[in-house]
Amino acid sequence: MDGDSSEYLKERVLAAVSQGAPLSIIGGGTKHWLGSTPSGEALPVGDHRGIVSYEPTELVLTARGGTPLAEVRSALAERSQMLAFEPPAFGADATLGGTVAAGLSGPARPYTGAVRDFVLGTKVMNGRGEILRFGGEVMKNVAGYDVSRLMTGAWGTLGILLEISLKVLPRPKAIRTLSFEMEAVKAIERCNAWAAKPFPISGACHSRGRLRVRLWGSVRGVESAAKILGGDDIGDVIDHEGFEIDLDPASDPACESAVEPEGEHFWAALREQKLPFFAASDPLWRVSLPPGTSLFDIGNGDRSQGECLIDWGGGLRWIRGGADDGKDIRLAAKRCKGHATLFRGGDRSGDIFDPLPSDLRLLHERIKAAFDPGAIFNRGRMYPGI
Amino acid sequence: MNPSHSTTLSPGKSASGASPLGTPPDFDRKERRLALLHAFRRFLPESCLIHEPEALKVYECDGLTAYRRLPLMAVLPDTVEQVKEVMRICSKASVPVVARGAGTGLSGGALPLEDGVLLVLARFNRILEVDRINRTALVQPGVRNLAISEHVAPLGLYYAPDPSSQIACSIGGNVAENAGGLHCLKYGLTVHNILELKVITIAGDEITVGGEALDSPGYDLLALMTGSEGLLGVVVEVRVRLLPKPACAKVLLAAFDDIQSAGQAVGEIIAAGIIPGGLEMMDNLAIRATDDFCKAGYPTEAAAVLLCELDGIEEEVMDQIVDAKGIFEACGASELRIAEDDAERARFWAGRKAAFPAAGRISPDYLCMDGTIPKRELPKVLNAMQALSQASGLRIMNVFHAGDGNLHPLILYDANKEGELEKAEAVGARILEICVEAGGTITGEHGVGVEKINQMCVQFETLELAQFHALKAAFDPEGLLNPGKAIPTLQRCAEYGAMHVKGGVLPFADIERF
Ligand SMILES: Cc1cc2nc3c(=O)[nH]c(=O)nc-3n(C[C@H](O)[C@H](O)[C@H](O)COP(=O)(O)OP(=O)(O)OC[C@H]3O[C@@H](n4cnc5c(N)ncnc54)[C@H](O)[C@@H]3O)c2cc1C
Repeated sequence: MDGDSSEYLKERVLAAVSQGAPLSIIGGGTKHWLGSTPSGEALPVGDHRGIVSYEPTELVLTARGGTPLAEVRSALAERSQMLAFEPPAFGADATLGGTVAAGLSGPARPYTGAVRDFVLGTKVMNGRGEILRFGGEVMKNVAGYDVSRLMTGAWGTLGILLEISLKVLPRPKAIRTLSFEMEAVKAIERCNAWAAKPFPISGACHSRGRLRVRLWGSVRGVESAAKILGGDDIGDVIDHEGFEIDLDPASDPACESAVEPEGEHFWAALREQKLPFFAASDPLWRVSLPPGTSLFDIGNGDRSQGECLIDWGGGLRWIRGGADDGKDIRLAAKRCKGHATLFRGGDRSGDIFDPLPSDLRLLHERIKAAFDPGAIFNRGRMYPGI
Repeated sequence: MNPSHSTTLSPGKSASGASPLGTPPDFDRKERRLALLHAFRRFLPESCLIHEPEALKVYECDGLTAYRRLPLMAVLPDTVEQVKEVMRICSKASVPVVARGAGTGLSGGALPLEDGVLLVLARFNRILEVDRINRTALVQPGVRNLAISEHVAPLGLYYAPDPSSQIACSIGGNVAENAGGLHCLKYGLTVHNILELKVITIAGDEITVGGEALDSPGYDLLALMTGSEGLLGVVVEVRVRLLPKPACAKVLLAAFDDIQSAGQAVGEIIAAGIIPGGLEMMDNLAIRATDDFCKAGYPTEAAAVLLCELDGIEEEVMDQIVDAKGIFEACGASELRIAEDDAERARFWAGRKAAFPAAGRISPDYLCMDGTIPKRELPKVLNAMQALSQASGLRIMNVFHAGDGNLHPLILYDANKEGELEKAEAVGARILEICVEAGGTITGEHGVGVEKINQMCVQFETLELAQFHALKAAFDPEGLLNPGKAIPTLQRCAEYGAMHVKGGVLPFADIERF
C-alpha cells in the first residue's frame, strides 16, 4: 500500500502550471466541507503514503502526506506514544497531510500544544513542481526560515505536503475525567484559575451545564490532582485508558436530545464533533478567544444567542444557530480579541475565515506568489485570490 | 534554477548583500552618514544617535567576538513611531538595517554592516501589561528574558524558555533566534511560548501577527517570524505565554564511566515515557572545567555526567524519580545523587549554566558550536569530534542539551596564536557538516548569522535556498534587513562548493565521514 507518487504529482503540477489550470489537493477527502468550496481539478495525494521512519526514543515520526491518520495513531499506540495535539479526523480516511494542512488540533491543544507546535520538518512540492525539504527530524532547528510551520494550517495553498516529521510524546500512564455541574461563567473562571496552577490538566470542556476536566499523568499524580480539583462539588469521576478511540466514522452525531457520552467516549465525541450539541444543521461557528473571556456576547439584541459549547478551558467557543449572518459574530469575536470561523454549513461562498487587514492580506498574497506563482494550489480555499 | 525568481536572489542595490565580510562599499560613507543624521535629527534627540567611532565600539560585535565591524551609525529609538520613521528613511535611501537586542547572539546575527544602520532596541525595556487571567505578558523587545519571570513570580507564573544567557539576552533577540533553554524539551522553544508580535516592516509599516487567542486566521506568520534572525521585520512588541511554576522539581545527577552508557541512558529515559524538565550532559573536560570554576561538586573523574530534572506535582515527580534511578543504574551509572534541597539543586545546575564562562577560564578564546543530531547518533558524532580534536590539536569541550540532541561543542583556541582562529573555524565547520551527515542540523538555537552561512550551503539544496530568498522578498524586496546573514546567496554557495571540491584546501578533509 505504501508508495511514493512524487513523480506523478510533479507531472500533474507541471502540467497544471503550463495550462494555468488550478488543482484541488485531496487527501482522504474528509474535510471537503471545511473551508471555502474547493475548486480546480482534483489532485489525489492519498497514494503518496506510508510511515517513512519512526524512532520512539527520538520522539519523532516521519510519514508521507497521504498516510492515513489512523495508521499513524496506531503505530504510535503500539509503542505507547501519541500525537499530543489530539487531532480530529472527521472520517476514517483522514490523512496526516490533510490534518496538518488544515491545522486541526483537538481538546488537549491548550495544554499540550497545537499541531504547528509538533511539526518539526516537511518535504513539500511548491507550485513550480520543485521538491524541497525544510526543518528536519530533530527537536531544535533554526537553520533557514520555518517554512514547515508556515505550511501548517495553510490549507494546501502554498504547496503539497509530501512528508511531515512530527514530534510525538509518550502516552500518559493514567487518565481520569472529573465532571461538575456548573454554570458556564463559573466554569470558565475555574478553568483559568486551574490553568494558572501546575495541575496535569489535558482537557476542559463545558457543555449543557456540565464541566468536564481531563487529567493525565502518572497514577499518583492524577490521583492527587483529582483530590484537590474535586473539592466538594465533584460529580462523576471516571478513569479511562485511552482518549483517542475511533468513533464509527459513518455515525452521525447523536440526536440533540440524547445524553452525552462519558469518559473517553466524551472526549472522542467532542474531538470528532459527534456530541449531541453538533447534531443540528444550523451553521456552526468556531470562535477562538483569549481563554479567560467570560461570556461571549454576540450582542445582537433580541435575536437568539444560539447554543454555545466551550472547549479549551474557555479558549474555544462553538456557537450553533442564532447568528444567521456572520457579521455579528465576527464583530463580537473581534471585540473579545479573538476571531471567528464559519466551520460547518452557512454560506460557503462568502468569508470562511476572518478577513485579513489589508497590510496582512498583501503579505499573504506575496507569500503565496513566492511558493505558488501560478496560483494553482487550492485556489481560494482559504481566502479569495489566495 | 527557475529564472522567474532569479531577480530576488541578488539583494537589491545594497552592496553589502553579497558577502558580510566582503569588499568595502564603494560609496562615500561620510556623506551617507551626514545625510542620514540630518534626516534622523528631525525626530530623534541627539542622545538616540551614536556615530562617533569610539562610541560605536560597543556595538562592533555580538557574542561572536571573532567578527567585528563598525556600523555607519547606531540609532537607539524609544518609541514605535521612531522605529517606523527610521525604517522609512532607510528604505527610501536603500540603507541596510541591522536590528540589535542585547548583543548576546553567538552567530554574528547582530554584526553591523559598514554601510548600514544598527537599530538598537535596548531602550524598549518595559513590561507593558500582565494579563493574569489569560496568563500572558505584553513586553517590549528590549526586556531581558529573566526580567519577565522575575516580574510575574509573585503570581506563581514564569516565562518558560530559559537560555543560559537569560540574565542578559532580550526577548526580541530570543524571538529572532527562536531561543531555547535548559527546559525546552518539555516546555518548548520561543516559538511555543509566544502568542503575538508587533512587527515593523522595512517599509515602516506596522503589522500584528498572531493574537491573544490560541490561534489566528491566515498563515502562521508568528512561526515564520520566529527564528528569522531579523531578516523579515523588526519586532517591537511581544506577547508571551506564562506558565505556572511546577509545584516540585528534583534533580538527579548520574555519573558514567563512558559516554556511550550516558547516551544510552538518555534514550532509555525517553523510551520509559519520561519527559524530564531538563536533561543535560557534560563530558569530562566540561565537568572538570565547570567544577573548577564554580565548585559544583561534580565527580571529576567521570567520563560523562547527566543532569536530569524532573518536575510536576509532587507525587508525579516521586514516581518518576524512582523510574529514572532504576534506568540510570541499569545503564551502569557509577554514581547517583539526588539534590536534597533547593540549594543543592541550584548547585547541580550552577556548573552546567556556567559552562561558557568556565571555558573562558581554561582557554583564552573559544568557539561555541550549536549542531543538533538525532540522539542515537551521539556516540558516533562524539567519536568524530574526538578525532578532530586530536588531528587539530585543539581541545573540544562538550556540553549539550541531551534530551533534544542539541550539542554545544566548545572549541578552545588562542586568537593570539597565528592561524588558530582559522583552525578553530575549520574544525567548527567540519563539526557542523558531521551533524548534517548524521541527519541533524547546523544550528539548534543560536542561529546562522554570519558564522554558519557557508554551512547553510551544506544543509540546503540550491532550490531550497532560492525558495528562502523568494520568501524573504515577500517581506523585504530590496533585501535591506540584515543582508548577508542567515541565508547565503547562491553565488556564495557556488564559491564555497568549489572550495570544497578542490579537496585538501579544507583542513582535516581526510577525517572519516559517515
Ligand atoms: C553565555 C551565553 C549563553 C547562551 N546560551 C544560550 C542558550 O542556552 N540558548 C539559546 O538559545 N541561546 C543562547 N545564547 C545565545 C543568545 O543569548 C541568544 O541567541 C539570544 O536570543 C540573543 O538575544 P539578544 O537580545 O542578545 O540578541 P542579539 O544578539 O542582539 O541579536 C540576535 C539576532 O536577533 C536580531 N534581533 C534582535 N532584536 C531584534 C528585534 N527586536 N527584532 C528583530 N530582530 C532582532 C538581530 O538582528 C540578530 O540577528 C547564549 C549566549 C551567551 C553569550
